[in-house]
Amino acid sequence: MDTILLDHGSGGLASQRLIKEIFVKHLSNQILDSLDDAAYLELNGKISFSTDTYTIDPIFFPGGDIGSLCVSGTVNDIAMLGAIPRYLSCGFIIEEGMDFDDLEKIVESMANTAKKAGIYIVTGDTKVVPRGSVDRIFINTSGVGEVIMDTPLSGSSACPGDVVIVSGTIGDHGLTIFSTRKGISMDFDLKSDCAPLNKLILELITRIPQIHVLRDPTRGGLATTLNEIALQSNVGIEVKEEDIPIKPGIKEGCDILGLDPLYLANEGKFICILPKEYSTNALNILQKDELGKDAKIIGQVVDSPKGKVILETPIGGRRLLSMLEGEHLPRIC
Amino acid sequence: MKSNERQEINTLLQEIDGLLSAPFRFMEVCGTHTVAIFRTGLRSLFSDKLKHVSGPGCPVCVTHPAEIALGMDLAEQKDVVLTIFGDMMRVPDHRGMTLKELRAKGAKIEICYSPLDSLKIAIENPDKEVVFWGIGFETTVPTVGATIVQAQKMGIENFSVLSCHKLVPPALRFLVTSKDIEIHGFLLPGHVSTVIGVKPYEFLAKEFNIPAVISGFEAIDILQAIYLMIKMDIGGNVRILNQYTRAVKAEGNKRAQEIISEVFRPHDGLWRGIGTIEGSGLEISDKYSKFDAKKRFDLKFQDVKEPKGCRCGEVLQGKISPDKCPLFGKKCTPLSPVGPCMVSTEGSCAAFYKYGLGSND
Repeated sequence: MDTILLDHGSGGLASQRLIKEIFVKHLSNQILDSLDDAAYLELNGKISFSTDTYTIDPIFFPGGDIGSLCVSGTVNDIAMLGAIPRYLSCGFIIEEGMDFDDLEKIVESMANTAKKAGIYIVTGDTKVVPRGSVDRIFINTSGVGEVIMDTPLSGSSACPGDVVIVSGTIGDHGLTIFSTRKGISMDFDLKSDCAPLNKLILELITRIPQIHVLRDPTRGGLATTLNEIALQSNVGIEVKEEDIPIKPGIKEGCDILGLDPLYLANEGKFICILPKEYSTNALNILQKDELGKDAKIIGQVVDSPKGKVILETPIGGRRLLSMLEGEHLPRIC
Repeated sequence: MKSNERQEINTLLQEIDGLLSAPFRFMEVCGTHTVAIFRTGLRSLFSDKLKHVSGPGCPVCVTHPAEIALGMDLAEQKDVVLTIFGDMMRVPDHRGMTLKELRAKGAKIEICYSPLDSLKIAIENPDKEVVFWGIGFETTVPTVGATIVQAQKMGIENFSVLSCHKLVPPALRFLVTSKDIEIHGFLLPGHVSTVIGVKPYEFLAKEFNIPAVISGFEAIDILQAIYLMIKMDIGGNVRILNQYTRAVKAEGNKRAQEIISEVFRPHDGLWRGIGTIEGSGLEISDKYSKFDAKKRFDLKFQDVKEPKGCRCGEVLQGKISPDKCPLFGKKCTPLSPVGPCMVSTEGSCAAFYKYGLGSND
């Protein structure tokens, strides 16, 4: 099996081979294929621009891999502003000795995800570093999209009286990564929810331009993202625990591993906050789509306590739902 | 949750309230109970007359600073891989240093779910000394014991255990004999009791006339246990009851008890904020002494002090509620904890900070 060598990042012939045999082969489009120093783009109006660097262990996991993740993640971030993602760049830092086939699998997965999202990967860069300098592969993707809302959506726009919707079950991605990394198998079909959400979001914002906030609860999970919104908008958020969609297996797996699904990362879900009168319509739109079929209203925005999220528990008790602090570590017993 | 469970909880809450003519202070001594009481929102439903106090039930929290210093010392030794339960990662030692920081500086520290993972690391890395840092109560001890037995059988030469394990009943005795601690009933730990059974708690009722109930971890379990506790307190028929019969047998788990007594022997345990409690710790017995990290690395307790201003010791004994510590939520938060009660997710300060909507005191 071929492996990636330092030569492949040298800029010479080996680099050319890598670009042609892997990158252009799978990601080919008119803009990329010109292979100039930069991509020449046409965009209209206001731009949404985002960047993220992906380092994940393991790089292949049930439901996805670092390739699908690095495209979905940036596409979703761009879309959350109320925008149509258009173009992505990608920068690879690869550890020497990585399997050529693994890299090809990752790039193929990027191409498939880009196709699903309807975007183009138009420029890129590859560096190969000595063994031990990185953990197999790190990928940065940056991207731009066209904002189609008059005012871009923002985490600071939640208003008291608004309804909080989550687009589907939470914790799937985080638990998948955690259990795969630890080699713990679950007795149900556990897989990451990693997916580009831009088409569903486009439909939602086109039909309901009154939406106030869209935000994807990635790292830090639902709890942290709700807290960020409460702080940014200077409002309180009340959530009903019973209404938060969580797959039974995820709940049990988290119990066993001492994790809280409300703090686990999601890569194919978003929170939508909007005036109450549009919530039924939003739910209908979401639930008709495979990516939003489990969407539910989970709570509401209130005036106070400002900057806090309050959880109503299934027994009718109330408690603070606080932000994740530091690393999410499993507890002892 | 089914609606009839919610109804049952409301009914129990009303009945408890009806029984109480004066404040009733109950203490739980299990980190999982601490978290359950906050996380389920149960605490917000208690009336003013029902006071919840957290005791020394969080394994990380009760680990003495001198024991923490031993673990840190090991982590800093070349060729040692220190394997730990995740919660230990962020506990600051007497210098304010954490394992997390040591790991960033190159120390080899691995988080394990089970001591067997640690043994596996030892087998895979014969050129390293792999040490498992054993903390916690009777719940975790049998697995550590079984791992040591396994290591003996397999002839593993590079594995050892730093035993900082603690026993619950001696700590309960310490609490009830302390003059300045007011507790009317104990919510006894479900997990620990699956191992030790009912008998080791009987002194609470017989010698001290304090009702105590072994409880499960659902909100309804905890409320039923509290109800039983109060009934006994009022009725005068004080005993140890087992609400968690679906998991806890009266005699406990004989096999687990045998492993504990095969591999360990009781010694005077060191508790954070309390100091030495007679017969409350476990050290590795002579038969397995080659797996005792304290002996293997010739570790000696140092005279280390609690962090300045930290009142974890009083929190652990239920003497003050976490928010009465001047550092709480200011200098001491889960992100930059001063004391261990803020570090562990099961610590009462962390639970109070994370879930709390105010004091119940």
